[in-house]
Amino acid sequence: MKGLLRRRVKTAVLAALVILLAIVPLLGNMYYTSVLIVIGIHAMVAVGLCLLIGYTGQVSLGHAAFYGLGAYIAAVLSTTYHINPWLAMVLAVAATAVFAFAIGFPIFRLRGNYLAMATLGLGIIIWILFRELDGVTGGQVGFPGIPAPSIGGFAFTSDFRYYYLVWGFCLAVMVASQNIVNSRIGRAMRAVRDSESASQSLGISSVLVKAKILALSAACAALAGSLYAYYVGFIDPGPFGFLFSVRLVVMAVVGGLASIWGAIFGAATVRLMTEFLHPFGDIDVILFGLILIVVMILSPQGVTRGLADLWRRVSRRLARQAR
Amino acid sequence: MATWQLVQYVVTGITVGSIYAIVGLGFTIIYSVTGIINFAQGEFVMLGGMVAFSLIGLGLPVPIALILSIALVTLVGVVFNLVAIRPARRASTITLIIITIGGALLIRAIAGLGWGRGAVSLPPFTGDEPLSFLGAYVVPQSLWVMGTTAVLMVAFYLLLNRTLVGKALKAAAINRRAAALVGIDARTMSLISFGLAAAMGAIGGIVIAPISYASYDMGVMLGLKGFVAAAMGGFTGVWGVLLGGLGLGLAESLAAGYISSAYKDAIALVFLFAVLLIRSRRLLAGEEET
Repeated sequence: MKGLLRRRVKTAVLAALVILLAIVPLLGNMYYTSVLIVIGIHAMVAVGLCLLIGYTGQVSLGHAAFYGLGAYIAAVLSTTYHINPWLAMVLAVAATAVFAFAIGFPIFRLRGNYLAMATLGLGIIIWILFRELDGVTGGQVGFPGIPAPSIGGFAFTSDFRYYYLVWGFCLAVMVASQNIVNSRIGRAMRAVRDSESASQSLGISSVLVKAKILALSAACAALAGSLYAYYVGFIDPGPFGFLFSVRLVVMAVVGGLASIWGAIFGAATVRLMTEFLHPFGDIDVILFGLILIVVMILSPQGVTRGLADLWRRVSRRLARQAR
Repeated sequence: MATWQLVQYVVTGITVGSIYAIVGLGFTIIYSVTGIINFAQGEFVMLGGMVAFSLIGLGLPVPIALILSIALVTLVGVVFNLVAIRPARRASTITLIIITIGGALLIRAIAGLGWGRGAVSLPPFTGDEPLSFLGAYVVPQSLWVMGTTAVLMVAFYLLLNRTLVGKALKAAAINRRAAALVGIDARTMSLISFGLAAAMGAIGGIVIAPISYASYDMGVMLGLKGFVAAAMGGFTGVWGVLLGGLGLGLAESLAAGYISSAYKDAIALVFLFAVLLIRSRRLLAGEEET
């Protein structure tokens, strides 16, 4: 009974979220629309990171690299080689996922601190490649003239149209992630997170599970990256560096490390803080640092989970008092 | 290929390698005593250079400014330990990684706000007239860097082996629980290790600033290279870190000279993967499953 009620509440909240998201661009405020497009793109990367950190227990401090790979591969294929942007997007996602899966095997021989440092290094190496392979990527000058995708004669050129494209993809990624978490591999992920040796004794190949999730997580990031490239039409190495990798961790932490829908909340919080505070200097980044420290001390599962726990405790106490 | 060129690269390599060794020693101290990899280690180095720059700018005599800036950065390390590490003592590895990353972000952003985005430089300790050595030019500051590193390494070795505090640190590093049983407080040891590591980082940042400048965003790369040095040394003892740092510095400088300076940082990353993968089994042996 209680479970049913909770599920109904959850469905109602999600429906409200979807309706709200559908209405925003109709208000005609270009600024809100563009901010929400970026939030949708970031949320996709953040949810991938949640799958990896929150559900599988493996940290990545280089996730911006996968986002960048998606953006650059899609941009180069569609612009330099005139491949259809949709096909370029599919290829970018597939190539990034395969790359992530392949590096998953050596990299997941490492654990904890060493894994974190290796992913940090990987992110920096790929960022250096974006910067130095200027014949392909345009280097620090940037890569201009990326086309917008279109269906038939309907081109996703305006923010209004692009908004629905991004959020369509974003919600699809969320639903798919939710299903994955509740599936067989989802249980395997949590088993690996909670005890690697116990999961192995049950016949789960922990390295394989981790490599698969890294590939999936990288695919989410690459999808978001290609959408970003098509949206802005111009990319340079700037947004794909170490700082964005940490920003993604902040999104995951704020959204709740093991929470799929929380990723949207995390991405929105981080983006809005940057929108409002960045004009005054790096105040947003200072707050991100503080958030990471404070949240990890008070509620290592992330903000949303911490609030949920608090709510449960308070309501239980209230119920007891009522009795 | 001229000899003087090779000598020049080797001198440069040993100079920067010394700094990596100093940063790596900071990683080693904290890791061996607490099991934490401090992702904010590079930020202590950056702070050392920056704070010294400001204090000298205030008109303090250089030696006093330098000592004061080491003290201030040490204080930052101690405060960081008290407010961010101590409250999370029983946390998982991932939690602690995210906490120290948060610290790195915080320190870096505050530095970017306070000192701006430009690079700052310190005056060389004793003039900038280059000396000639086997046809290569050596700035006197290079000798300061090498000398400081040598003194630091020896001092640290003596601290660990000849003083009570050092022996307590060593005991905590060998077995935290057994150390606690004989009355060595793990929290105090953690505090001391962060203070020492911060001081170490600050000294490194100060001696290198006259050569390679200091800027708010130098911490990540420098931290990563220090980590490589520490990992090559196996996170134990002084001499392994020194060799690791020098080796990395030399490789980097030779590669930049003979191959391409664009990929200078990539060399360190290749070293990172090599050392992590080759030594993964040994490194992980000390780390319990999380």
